[in-house]
Amino acid sequence: MIQADLNIILPEIVLSVFAMMGLLGAVYSGKDKMAGMLVWFTAALFVALAFWIGTGNHGTREAFGGMFQDDAFARFAKVTILLSAAAVLVMGQEYMARRGMLRFEYPLLVALCAVGMMMMVSAGDLMALYMGLELQSLSLYVVASLRRDSVRSTEAGLKYFVLGALSSGLLLYGASLVYGFAGTTQFAGIIEAADGHAPIGMLFGVVFVISGLAFKVSAVPFHMWTPDVYEGAPTPITAFFATAPKVAAMGLFARVVHDAFGGIVSDWQQIVALLSVLSMFLGAVAAIGQRDIKRLMAYSSIAHMGFALMGLASGTAFGVQAMLIYMAIYVTMNIGTFAFILSMQKDGQPVTDIASLNMYSKQSPARALAMLILMFSLAGVPPLVGFFGKFYVLRAAYDGGLAWLAVAGVIASVIGAFYYLRIVFFMYFGEEGEALDTPRSPVLWGMLMASAAIMVVGVINLFGIEGMAQAAAATLVN
Amino acid sequence: MENVLSITTFIPLIAAAILAIFLRGEDEAAQRNAKWVALAATVVTFLVSLFILFDFDPSNTDFQFVEERQWLLGLKYKMGVDGISVLFVMLTTFMMPITIAASWNVSHRVKEYMIAFLLLETLMLGVFMALDLVLFYMFFEAGLIPMFLIIGIWGGKERIYASFKFFLYTFLGSVLMLVAMVAMFADAGTTDIPTLMRHVFDSENFSILGIHIVGGMQTLMFLAFFASFAVKMPMWPVHTWLPDAHVQAPTAGSVVLAAILLKMGGYGFLRFSLPMFPVGADVLTPLVLWMSAIAIVYTSLVALAQEDMKKLIAYSSVAHMGYVTMGIFAANQQGIDGAIFQMLSHGFISGALFLCVGVIYDRMHTREIDAYGGLVNRMPAYALIFMFFTMANVGLPGTSGFIGEFLTLVGIFKVNTWVAAVATSGVILSAAYALWLYRRVVMGDLIKESLKTISDMGGRERAIFAPLVVMTLLLGVYPSLVTDIIGPSVEALISNYDTALVDAHSATQVAETSH
Repeated sequence: MIQADLNIILPEIVLSVFAMMGLLGAVYSGKDKMAGMLVWFTAALFVALAFWIGTGNHGTREAFGGMFQDDAFARFAKVTILLSAAAVLVMGQEYMARRGMLRFEYPLLVALCAVGMMMMVSAGDLMALYMGLELQSLSLYVVASLRRDSVRSTEAGLKYFVLGALSSGLLLYGASLVYGFAGTTQFAGIIEAADGHAPIGMLFGVVFVISGLAFKVSAVPFHMWTPDVYEGAPTPITAFFATAPKVAAMGLFARVVHDAFGGIVSDWQQIVALLSVLSMFLGAVAAIGQRDIKRLMAYSSIAHMGFALMGLASGTAFGVQAMLIYMAIYVTMNIGTFAFILSMQKDGQPVTDIASLNMYSKQSPARALAMLILMFSLAGVPPLVGFFGKFYVLRAAYDGGLAWLAVAGVIASVIGAFYYLRIVFFMYFGEEGEALDTPRSPVLWGMLMASAAIMVVGVINLFGIEGMAQAAAATLVN
Repeated sequence: MENVLSITTFIPLIAAAILAIFLRGEDEAAQRNAKWVALAATVVTFLVSLFILFDFDPSNTDFQFVEERQWLLGLKYKMGVDGISVLFVMLTTFMMPITIAASWNVSHRVKEYMIAFLLLETLMLGVFMALDLVLFYMFFEAGLIPMFLIIGIWGGKERIYASFKFFLYTFLGSVLMLVAMVAMFADAGTTDIPTLMRHVFDSENFSILGIHIVGGMQTLMFLAFFASFAVKMPMWPVHTWLPDAHVQAPTAGSVVLAAILLKMGGYGFLRFSLPMFPVGADVLTPLVLWMSAIAIVYTSLVALAQEDMKKLIAYSSVAHMGYVTMGIFAANQQGIDGAIFQMLSHGFISGALFLCVGVIYDRMHTREIDAYGGLVNRMPAYALIFMFFTMANVGLPGTSGFIGEFLTLVGIFKVNTWVAAVATSGVILSAAYALWLYRRVVMGDLIKESLKTISDMGGRERAIFAPLVVMTLLLGVYPSLVTDIIGPSVEALISNYDTALVDAHSATQVAETSH
């Protein structure tokens, strides 16, 4: 029995062991000399694991008496998480090395964080859920303040820690209420206890759990930490924040509401719909005034989480499918955008002011074009792939009887289009000012171009993720 | 040729890709190459599109040259043309070489400029050919990107404001349409346009938040589509983006905008609003008709007061589009024939008028009417051509402008005499502003010092106007060239529309009696 269980969580074990070994090795060899190599190695391991998980077709399996679920949904989320984490690791390496931030802890913390995220999307029990979530969060608190000598970075880390702890508390409180009323922490048991009707105490529990999760996906009104942390953390870390943890948190969100509370869809549906509409509007409106591109991306991610939640709010399998597709597209766009932001520098110093992009298109037309494609894709303008993400969630919301949410969503997307256009405006219509450096970084260039190319070429068939997402959603919602 | 529609659509895109990938540098030779590649691509597109026109069978009211492939989410890549759309395809392929030739003097980022226009052509052609809702939406919406860039990069002084206004205005209109499309997809289970045209959407009255909605879902969907197409047309009172966009856009941008992009709204009404939501259309027809009538009179009056030539022509465009919406919603043979005719003829005439402004703008770099006067003394050929198109704009018999206006007025007179009466007064007003413009710019003595050395049109400029003159005259004296092609399809459209209304009406009566 234990043999089979271990077999199922083998990828997680491999990653954990790797992180531990790396830690030991790096401590004994001293210094951060190995850091650069370690980054590449971790990224390679991520890709290998993603390939391993993605190609393994094992149907639905349970380990440790249902604590750990290995199904198509978990696999889809894990592959997305691992690939995006690998991309972000590789992207940030140069930036961090140049600024003396490349410590060996960085890739290892990211690896541990990945273990936590994989645990989250596979959780079949409130305890497992909490374990995964905390492992992920604790690693994130540390990497947010990786730049120890910078006040802003440590402030970001502390802010994130305090608020994160608060949200964990909320979640834990909710979990204990649910446990109290359901008599079990297992999702399979909870769904039986709350079939069609939930006692009022359990509803309280659900609300608290959802609040805690909403904090992790940075949905309004639990979004306050996002802009500050995005701005304060070093850019590669921000890129990481914007991608893999968001997928993991959305995956966990979907798992909890469907696996545990799938019997009381109408009860949580309104909460999620409200979170969604608030996030979309706040993200769209608050980003308008931003001058710092990292803060802008923070609000943009809030708005995008709103759209992803729209899929989830529909409460259907198609909604989960739409959410998964949306997240995969969102992550791809963000990797490209952050590859661009990482390459923004003047005299060797990173700049994040949007106005510094003035007439960037004259200076490096190819990069500007790629960024233009990404911005229009983020805004959801067809024929770019970003539009399909929106189309899927709109369809899901309408099918789920939430036509008003769909209408609100498209209106928010028009407001949101404004600030993406503003970046295009600076790059193409602005007045010529001091030019940014043109760093020669094949990795960043490659990531940016690849991401933009995917946004264009993906229109043909979305690289087949539609079917995979459908299979993933089918295992979650019955 | 089996895939003639796809081939036509994507030739410009391939040319744009070639320009983007292979053309390097900003020197003289590279600029010339960019222009020639673009011109060649648009001409080839036009020639290929002639196959569509010649092989088109007007008596067949179904979609022709249909291509179909599976795509995502049950969507399809499906293209096809019928009598209503085929001439818009031709209009697009016909106008694009002229547009490119008219931008021969562009010297700022020529490669990107040509790429933007080629991309725009692909997207516009796609709009008129798409037979899948979402495919249509993609082409329809994607056109905003190149146009946004064209206005923003190559536009005039206030280009930033104009480009943002253009983008956000039209984007807001179309996202509502997107929601309606999602609803249609959910209701009918398909996004195939021919199937949706046969699908009967629910038209039972209901209330939302205490508001009683006559025509039910159909009315709501109609309104959502209306939001998009009315902005695109543009109809009063959502026309305010157009004058700004026109004034700031470069000449070629204005030509495309006036000649082709505005027609997407009218085409949308004919393809979606009337056939798919007949009850909704019927409920809101009085509103649309009066909006059109107001547009005709109001914007004509506004045009009278303009100081800027492009703005004046832009307002005149809004007025002429008023005839189009009026004709469409008259929903009879003359009205719709006239509306399509008017759209085609307005494509040639307004395109030519913007080119006329471009000719003198290239020389004097101002569009202020007061800066001109007495041009006839030094530019006789220009005066003649400008005269011709001014008259066509007024609707002089013998030019295509007359046929369009006359048919729509006949159509509307049968339906609503009062609207017809108001709209007819617009004909007089249009004569007033157009002739007054002509008088102030071209006639009189040449007293302005700066104009003393102005030169008449060169060979290239004359060549650009020649095809437009020919088309305007040809359609003016021989309108059945157009009406023979569109007639059967329009007839089918109207009979379906009337049948659907009768069905819906009797269904309501049955429902009432059974209560």
